[in-house]
Amino acid sequence: DGVLMFQQVPMVEIDGMKMMQIRAILSYIAVKHNRYGKDLKERALTDMYVKGITDLIQIIIMFPFSPPEAKEKNLDSVKKRATNRYFPVFEKVLKQHGQDFLMSNRSSWADVQLIEAILAVEEKMPAVLSTFPQLQAFKIRMSNMPTIKKFLQPGSPRKPPPDEHYVETVLKIFKV
Amino acid sequence: MAGKPKLHYSRVRGKMESIRWLLAAAGVEFEEEFIETKEDLEKLRSDGVLLFQQVPMVEIDGMKMVQTRAILSYIAAKYNLYGKDLKERAWIDMYVEGTTDLMGMIMQLAFQPADTKEKHLALIIERATKRYFPVYEKALKDHGHDYLVGNKLSWADIHLLEGILMVEECKPDILSAFPLLQAFKGRTSNIPTIKKFLQPGSQRKPPMDEKTLATVRKIYNV
Repeated sequence: DGVLMFQQVPMVEIDGMKMMQIRAILSYIAVKHNRYGKDLKERALTDMYVKGITDLIQIIIMFPFSPPEAKEKNLDSVKKRATNRYFPVFEKVLKQHGQDFLMSNRSSWADVQLIEAILAVEEKMPAVLSTFPQLQAFKIRMSNMPTIKKFLQPGSPRKPPPDEHYVETVLKIFKV
Repeated sequence: MAGKPKLHYSRVRGKMESIRWLLAAAGVEFEEEFIETKEDLEKLRSDGVLLFQQVPMVEIDGMKMVQTRAILSYIAAKYNLYGKDLKERAWIDMYVEGTTDLMGMIMQLAFQPADTKEKHLALIIERATKRYFPVYEKALKDHGHDYLVGNKLSWADIHLLEGILMVEECKPDILSAFPLLQAFKGRTSNIPTIKKFLQPGSQRKPPMDEKTLATVRKIYNV
């Protein structure tokens, strides 16, 4: 139908546009709904945090597609990255300013990405936040925000973790 | 006040090259500190200046920015190369993501083992000519303007020119079926700041050779 700019999904129809490219779509939504920081510098910080978290989520997304013999190693890689590279950064940020959210006292796109990442890693490693008290508190706070709480409940558009069937379907449709 | 931006990376294109392009096109002078050994990288890490222990890192306006995309967005916005409103920004973002994917493929080519290089190169050519270039050719055709978005030079145009030149290094006649992109390339290359960047002696980096590749592999464990 010619609606996919680079022949790829995701595609989101929004405000009369057919938007492609995850980052472009997320940026648009974040700005539109004031979740991107109040000025250029806050935006820069938001971008840095988001991109870092995205790198971590990317490893998790790819994990189900690992061949069986690499799964153990890749799982270990996810754990190492989360606990050595990414989570310490956000733990420190929250500790240093003592506010509820990464960009001080208003929730932003970065917070939403972070809670998504935390929950995704926890699905593989339930105790991953054991050495991150700030992140534990953050997780509870974010999960209790009305809009997020609703999204975390059954019946929401949130998708379940990938299973074997999902992997097969994706491989078939996208000929990966 | 803040001095010139300072770029921390190795003396290669890699992920820093798009940042060099954008700063140069915006007419912004910048300094570079080169990571030439593993020790150089370790020092940056132990100094605590790399948010996620990775480069590129750019010191700009009192910040130590990491994450290529974040840095590029900041520079684009600061120098008015990001469109006039949210929708133009969205279009620029979409176009840039496309060229990023294409250039990402080319960057990986150098790291491919000999037996898959040929196949990878063929995939790059296919993607360029069937997936990416047609989109930009069509955009230029549909509105008939000189630039991709908003009839004004933006980050999307600079990124596209960078992408075109990179693919041409793989296959010189890659634009043969894209007359509007050929014209675009000619026009954009002649913009004074960009023309200067394309001349010898600028801070533009050459493609990696075998020796540089070996050094990069050693420093970054790739």
